[in-house]
Amino acid sequence: MPHPKTRPLFYGPITRRAIRDSFVKLNPRHMLRNPVMFIVEVGSLLTTVLAVLAYAGRLNEPPGFILAVSIWLWLTVLFANFAEAMAEGRGKAQADSLRRGRQDVSAKKLLDPKDKLKFDVVPASSLRKNDVVVVQSGALIPGDGDVIEGVASVDESAITGESAPVIRESGGDRSAVTGGTKVLSDWIVVRITANPGESFLDRMIGLIEAAKRQKTPNEIALEILLAGLTIIFLVTTVTLSPFSYYAVASSKLGTPVTVTVLVALLVCLIPTTIGGLLSAIGIAGMDRMIQKNVIAMSGRAVEAAGDVDVLLLDKTGTITLGNRQAVAFLPAEGVSDAELADAAQLASLADETPEGRSIVVLAKEKYGLRERDIKQLGATFVPFSAQTRMSGVNLDGRQLRKGADDAVAAWLKGNGGELSAAVKRTVDEIARQGGTPLVVADRTRVLGTIHLKDIIKGGIKERFGELRQMGIRTVMITGDNPLTAAAIAAEAGVDDFLAQATPEAKLELIRKHQAGGRLVAMTGDGTNDAPALAQADVAVAMNSGTQAAKEAGNMVDLDSNPTKLLEIVETGKQMLITRGALTTFSIANDVAKYFAIIPAAFATTYPVLKALNIMGLATPQSAILSAVIFNALIIVFLVPLALRGVRYRPIGAARLLRNNLLVYGIGGIIIPFIGIKLIDIILVGLHLV
Amino acid sequence: MTTNAWLQLALYLVVLIGLAKPLGSYMARVYEGEPHFLARWLAPVERLCYRWMGVKPQEEMDWKRYSAAVLLFSVVGFFFTYLLQRLQAVLPLNPAGMPGVEQKVAFNTAVSFVTNTNWQAYGGEATMSYLTQMAALTVQNFVSAATGMAVLIALIRGISRHESDQLGSFWADLVRGTLYILVPLSLILALALVSQGVVQTFAAYKTVPLVESLGPDTARVTTQVLPMGPAASQIAMKQLGTNGGGFFNVNSAHPFENATPFSNFLEVLAILMISAALCYTFGKMIRDTRQGWAILAAMTIVFVGLLIPCVLAENAHHPAYAALGIDQAPSPLQAGGNMEGKEVRFGITNSAEWAVATTSASNGSVNSMHDSFMPLGGVIPLWLMQLGEIIYGGVGSGLYGMLLFAIVTVFIAGLMVGRTPEYLGKKIEAYEMKMASLAILIPNLLVLFCTAIAVSTEAGRSGPLNTGAHGFSEVLYAFSSMSNNNGSAFAGLTATNWVYALIGGFAMWVSRFWIIIPTLAVAGSLGKKKLVPASAGTLETHTPLFVLLLVGTVLLVGALTHLPGLALGPIVEHLQLFAR
Repeated sequence: MPHPKTRPLFYGPITRRAIRDSFVKLNPRHMLRNPVMFIVEVGSLLTTVLAVLAYAGRLNEPPGFILAVSIWLWLTVLFANFAEAMAEGRGKAQADSLRRGRQDVSAKKLLDPKDKLKFDVVPASSLRKNDVVVVQSGALIPGDGDVIEGVASVDESAITGESAPVIRESGGDRSAVTGGTKVLSDWIVVRITANPGESFLDRMIGLIEAAKRQKTPNEIALEILLAGLTIIFLVTTVTLSPFSYYAVASSKLGTPVTVTVLVALLVCLIPTTIGGLLSAIGIAGMDRMIQKNVIAMSGRAVEAAGDVDVLLLDKTGTITLGNRQAVAFLPAEGVSDAELADAAQLASLADETPEGRSIVVLAKEKYGLRERDIKQLGATFVPFSAQTRMSGVNLDGRQLRKGADDAVAAWLKGNGGELSAAVKRTVDEIARQGGTPLVVADRTRVLGTIHLKDIIKGGIKERFGELRQMGIRTVMITGDNPLTAAAIAAEAGVDDFLAQATPEAKLELIRKHQAGGRLVAMTGDGTNDAPALAQADVAVAMNSGTQAAKEAGNMVDLDSNPTKLLEIVETGKQMLITRGALTTFSIANDVAKYFAIIPAAFATTYPVLKALNIMGLATPQSAILSAVIFNALIIVFLVPLALRGVRYRPIGAARLLRNNLLVYGIGGIIIPFIGIKLIDIILVGLHLV
Repeated sequence: MTTNAWLQLALYLVVLIGLAKPLGSYMARVYEGEPHFLARWLAPVERLCYRWMGVKPQEEMDWKRYSAAVLLFSVVGFFFTYLLQRLQAVLPLNPAGMPGVEQKVAFNTAVSFVTNTNWQAYGGEATMSYLTQMAALTVQNFVSAATGMAVLIALIRGISRHESDQLGSFWADLVRGTLYILVPLSLILALALVSQGVVQTFAAYKTVPLVESLGPDTARVTTQVLPMGPAASQIAMKQLGTNGGGFFNVNSAHPFENATPFSNFLEVLAILMISAALCYTFGKMIRDTRQGWAILAAMTIVFVGLLIPCVLAENAHHPAYAALGIDQAPSPLQAGGNMEGKEVRFGITNSAEWAVATTSASNGSVNSMHDSFMPLGGVIPLWLMQLGEIIYGGVGSGLYGMLLFAIVTVFIAGLMVGRTPEYLGKKIEAYEMKMASLAILIPNLLVLFCTAIAVSTEAGRSGPLNTGAHGFSEVLYAFSSMSNNNGSAFAGLTATNWVYALIGGFAMWVSRFWIIIPTLAVAGSLGKKKLVPASAGTLETHTPLFVLLLVGTVLLVGALTHLPGLALGPIVEHLQLFAR
């Protein structure tokens, strides 16, 4: 399936559909949703009527000029519609590819949930909540549900775009399955949790299609401002007509300003640039989330992401790599480094846990000890058990064990040995640094300690530094004891941590921050995360998580990558910045348009006003037409910016504002002077005016 | 411009800004009910006022009750002022035997004084009895100013409080502002003015012999009538309270109203003194004085930025004289530049400075005739009014107008830093934008619509004495003045017919109260919000960058709205004058 990540901005089929939709959207009922562009449409209609009247000889004005203005006003509306249609089209394309992935499959519905051998074959669309189905290797899962029996590897690429299969099993946090995904091996019994049309996939498609797109609070506030500006400019232009009649009557010169010129002036002044692109920016914001494989349940959630003040981050997987690794061997007194390394490696040879592997690797890297085959050595492996809480090998009469200090101490005591004071100190020291000590012993003799350490992800500290510059506090959530947590927190550079976190403590922490007026974002996957997810302002559920977690969150990360929270915040900010930047640009543009139109509009009454024609535009008509054309074209030029968003860099608010003001404020004043002049030169060069 | 001119402007600014902190912190104490030295003497009077009014000062109001109180008080004030004018002929203290004021003019004047506009469709000495001047007009000079300040204080409370819908008591704010701030200040100023020769008397108009008789021998005029009256007390307040309604028709150009250069300095200082100091009061009451200084800085930047060109334009050589080879350089014997419509005892610099001060604040008093300014000198007072009277502005109203602009600025700027905008810890959302837009929109729409009506009707067109672009400037000036509650007149306009008296009165009323209500609504909404703690991602609103952005927003909105109108008036006049 075509993945949105690889799709170019102006992807052929989407662009073609968008062009068609631009015309469909001319429907006044649709246009009314956007007051700024609605006014442009009314103006276009008005000038079209005037052009017809002029061609019919009913109006004493040059018909060609009115027609040209009229055409460019229509184009202004179409360009704005095109921007919106492009943004919607990109979402629709994604939805289509998802829908294509959903074939109508048949399901094996169990007659008795306990007996997986007796089933009816029914179409998936007939399944209801709480029906139980069995899905065998090679079959598509017929609907959203929870695994209640069995374990299977599932290909979820239809949803996530990730080709690596994932494990789904009953109980625990990996029990949720999504309709339309494929079981690759083994079998599972699934209890359906969604009626047809309400499944996760259905809702995702609905969201992406933006069919029920609601305006976000900030978008509404901005629209009010734009409406206010539009009203001011509407009255400014409408009253210009009596002003002009008075000027003509009292100076007895020239003719009053025409309706065509007033409409042109109005459209140039009202904030069409941001008005035309506003909805595209909102849709594109959600679309950018989708490209990051995050489904936002509402635009409001995307917007809130930009406002987040506090990030709650799970230690494991977000801040640290999933597993601890051995980083040092600390021998007991009278034991050499090499001896300890050798014993530690032997004790871990059969240990397939990532920690065990890391001990073998460390011994090899540091002391050149080659990995040995446990069978060739004739050793017997002693696996980890809940009683002993140790693992190791028996070899040539040696009993090598490794485990937590208290477990090993108990074992030594039973054999008549004991943990020396020096080793105890080492153990405490490692724990204080946030590491995990593993003591290695041989029957009665303590050999030393292995230092296992959480490995902080590369670059994460810098990332947190950036967040701090953005004014966002990071809080690490971990089940570790406070001592360990503090050490890791310091190393990772988070602002705060919550140690020995329980779901209640998490919820409490979120409430505390919210009571202080802060917005909190978090990620979660387990069912026990659900209350906290529901409480958080931006709650990103992992797609690998339980159905309960997904229901509680307001975003779902299809890649199940907790680090993505950082990107989500950036996308939210980027959307707000894009709106602000284009608003500033749009308003700043008006300065140049006045200098083009005012001298042109009153050229016959007050020729002295040509002193304001600082761009030196050729004729009054070319000046007005150039301003209108610039106003229309700038929308097209800014479509990519609206869809991609203004580039966001994590710097402080003051610098960000200064940079954006320079580019979009000062730039917004200067660019139209150049643009209008260029268009005027072209119009004159082509003898169009 | 001469060195003397620069020095005078600098002195003025230094004194104005220097007074902001002491006066501002005193006013903060007054409104927060903290002890201060005047309370020791006047507290019994304050309590007496509450007893008469039957209110409890500690009983706070939410924004709706506060608005209702403001409206009620103003409506009562309107009827009182209207009736006193109409009935003055039968009331005492009318030594000149003035008849009752004509309906339209009485309506216009009552609205004008209640709304702190003080547009005068009448000539004071030829229309109003002493009683009307004192009991109707001067009383409104005090209380309309105190009303504006009270609304500002309510807005400040809305900003500084959180999760509360109470904005304080309008009655307490009204009484405290009048009793502890306006009365003492005007007393001091009135005494200072009297020392300079400003009249303060109940004596009847005096007939005095002319120094030089005039007229043909058959009808030689040898005497003149000098109007008298309790002027100093009213003048002090009309300056301090940004009222501006003169005791005499020519306002502070009259020697009995503004006698010497020193009285002129005091009066022009009084125009902006309270409004500038209120910025400090604002900072003090929100417990972050940097915010107050930032707003004051934004106001001062615009003020100085427009003051200097105005003074320069008036000092510049007139092209018609230049063409005749007339020496226009300033010298001990002549002022140089444009002296038309200006008093010799004030000169060009002080006249231009007054014009800019009186229009940047919503004062409207004049010491020279703005109609006679050079086109570019005249466009500055005109545009300053159109900016919405927020450059220092009216007492209270200037700052609350500016704070609404700050909210709009924060909204656009806040988006550009990628957060839902917040101002002083409060999130700015759709409701605040709606109200702020409304408050900014209304005066602008009134200016444009009323001017359009005037130039489209016979009655409106009969108003201006001039034709062409200058006639248009006169009409535009009149409605810019009334729609922004300024009250200064360009002169050269007959303002007694229905267009100017009735529509103008309507504009003054709407502009005043349909800004006050959205302002109080914003105050109520902000007060209910939670306080958002500031972080590195928060846009700081006390930095030079924000100050410049605020200035930019104010100027851009003003320019984009009014450029076409200005182009057809003073800008054309300027180009025509210099094209010759």
